[in-house]
Amino acid sequence: MPKETKTMNLNFGPQHPAAHGVLRLILELDGEVVEKADPHIGLLHRGTEKLIEHKTYTQAVPYFDRLDYVAPMNQEHAFALAIEKILKINVPIRAQYIRVMFCEIGRILSHLLNITTQAMDVGALTPTLWGFEEREKLMGFYEKVSGSRLHANYFRAGGVHKDLPIGLDSEISEFCNSFPKIIDDLETLLTDNRIFKQRNVDIGIVSKQDALDYSFSGVMLRGSGVPWDLRKSQPYDCYNNFEFNIPVGKNGDCYDRYLCRIEEMRECVKIINQCLEQMPKGPVKTNDGKISPPSKKDIKESMEALIHHFKLFTEGYRVDKDEIYTAVEAPKGEFGVYLISDGSSKPYKCKIRAPGFSHLQAMDYLIKGHMLADVPAVLGSMDIVFGEVDR
Amino acid sequence: MNLESLEKLINSELTTKINSSSINHDELKLKIDEEDLHSVILFLKNHTRTKFRQLIDITAVDYPERDTRFKLIYFLLSHENNLRLNIEFEIKENYKVKSITSIFPSSNWMEREVFDMYGIHYKNHPDLRRILTDYNFSGHPLRKDFPLTGHNEVRYNEEDKKVIYEPVKLEQNYRNFDYESPWEGTKYIKEITKK
Repeated sequence: MPKETKTMNLNFGPQHPAAHGVLRLILELDGEVVEKADPHIGLLHRGTEKLIEHKTYTQAVPYFDRLDYVAPMNQEHAFALAIEKILKINVPIRAQYIRVMFCEIGRILSHLLNITTQAMDVGALTPTLWGFEEREKLMGFYEKVSGSRLHANYFRAGGVHKDLPIGLDSEISEFCNSFPKIIDDLETLLTDNRIFKQRNVDIGIVSKQDALDYSFSGVMLRGSGVPWDLRKSQPYDCYNNFEFNIPVGKNGDCYDRYLCRIEEMRECVKIINQCLEQMPKGPVKTNDGKISPPSKKDIKESMEALIHHFKLFTEGYRVDKDEIYTAVEAPKGEFGVYLISDGSSKPYKCKIRAPGFSHLQAMDYLIKGHMLADVPAVLGSMDIVFGEVDR
Repeated sequence: MNLESLEKLINSELTTKINSSSINHDELKLKIDEEDLHSVILFLKNHTRTKFRQLIDITAVDYPERDTRFKLIYFLLSHENNLRLNIEFEIKENYKVKSITSIFPSSNWMEREVFDMYGIHYKNHPDLRRILTDYNFSGHPLRKDFPLTGHNEVRYNEEDKKVIYEPVKLEQNYRNFDYESPWEGTKYIKEITKK
């Protein structure tokens, strides 16, 4: 008598700790082997793009913090760059250094979260505790400079909101001295760990061609051996001034992506150190009074400044009619903003290109033929944050 | 290879298929007709000198006042040449666009998103479902005639012990102030004195 086989459907999430948020994954299983994965996303959809169409350019910045909420400033950066390119604003050099420094801090924040939670998904608890202690320090820097630990709202078109508070540079420099030791410690826990390797090596392999076809970017692309990083290939702000390397993987599996992230954190520390060394003194936002608001002191003394302040915070500045696509290398990959301005003070359209969206799309291709237990490992190595996938 | 030589190459190779081309903000923009979408993208992907191997994104723009209501834009990236390009064309409402899932598998979700947000249908798409909005959602949120506050809201009903959908009830409507005053400072006064 022939054996009858039947596939089983399994609902993974939306409230599963290894789903990294609100992912509903419908898996078709043959025994323990995954035959098909159908991700249902959108459970965190907040209509960011629609909301931005109804807000002025200044009011739109906080929405970018809420996309990839583990590296908020990297996304503000893309939006700020888009407006600056349309308006042809020259950003003061000190502001550029501050922005790059905080973007790299954001990168460490994101990679730390990803590496440690992925380790937790495959069974290691300690890295999370060690890593989050460091994240706490970094979020402290965010708080000192912007007033909030997560949703910074710090970058502006034409610079940043405020200069660094006194003493922050030495604190960051202190962190940079101690942090490489922490990366070493994390590596002793994971890199040669037998269980961690068994769960990650040769799991979720992406070939070079598939990485391109599936629109992968960031570590997902570099892990498969494509040396592509927007900070090097299409440098924005002052990334030209720094020396750093781009780690590239060989095999394109989960383990290579983990190694890339570890090495990238070391490169981030290098960039931050160079920022601190080279950072000049000077203004931190453009002196164009039609774009950046006047100082509190001027408002008390000058009627003109008061009018400008009022106009900037009610109507907002106007952006010439134009279309632009700007991309930055966010920790998760290419984060792009496609902005259409119509000459008013509100964007006509703002399309957000989130790297995680294309990565998650490849879930079915990546997991086919793997075991059920590999789902969290693959999901973890894709570095998915639902704030940006669902928008 | 730079953008200017790329523009020349594309115009000489694809001649009639390109309606117009321009370079703006380090990006080449090609305006084409919808019928030529497949051949243009295949050329850009496979030609040895263009090598636009990666589809970055697909999106639409809604211009309700126009006869051709939607503009569709495809963003491509070439790693080898380090160049960016976008292709755009305009379509009328209810027009069915050819899906490019056979060329770029990543266009699957991008087209689903455009369908969800703008209601643009695709021919030969393997799985055209809504993607970001709720199950059983109606309407297309990014169309300009869709209200910001939406149509339905959800809440947990204590009596029925389940989540229910109701029409949106707001204590106060969304307020949209017109800040763009016609007063333009000194310029206005000058114009008067001229008369």
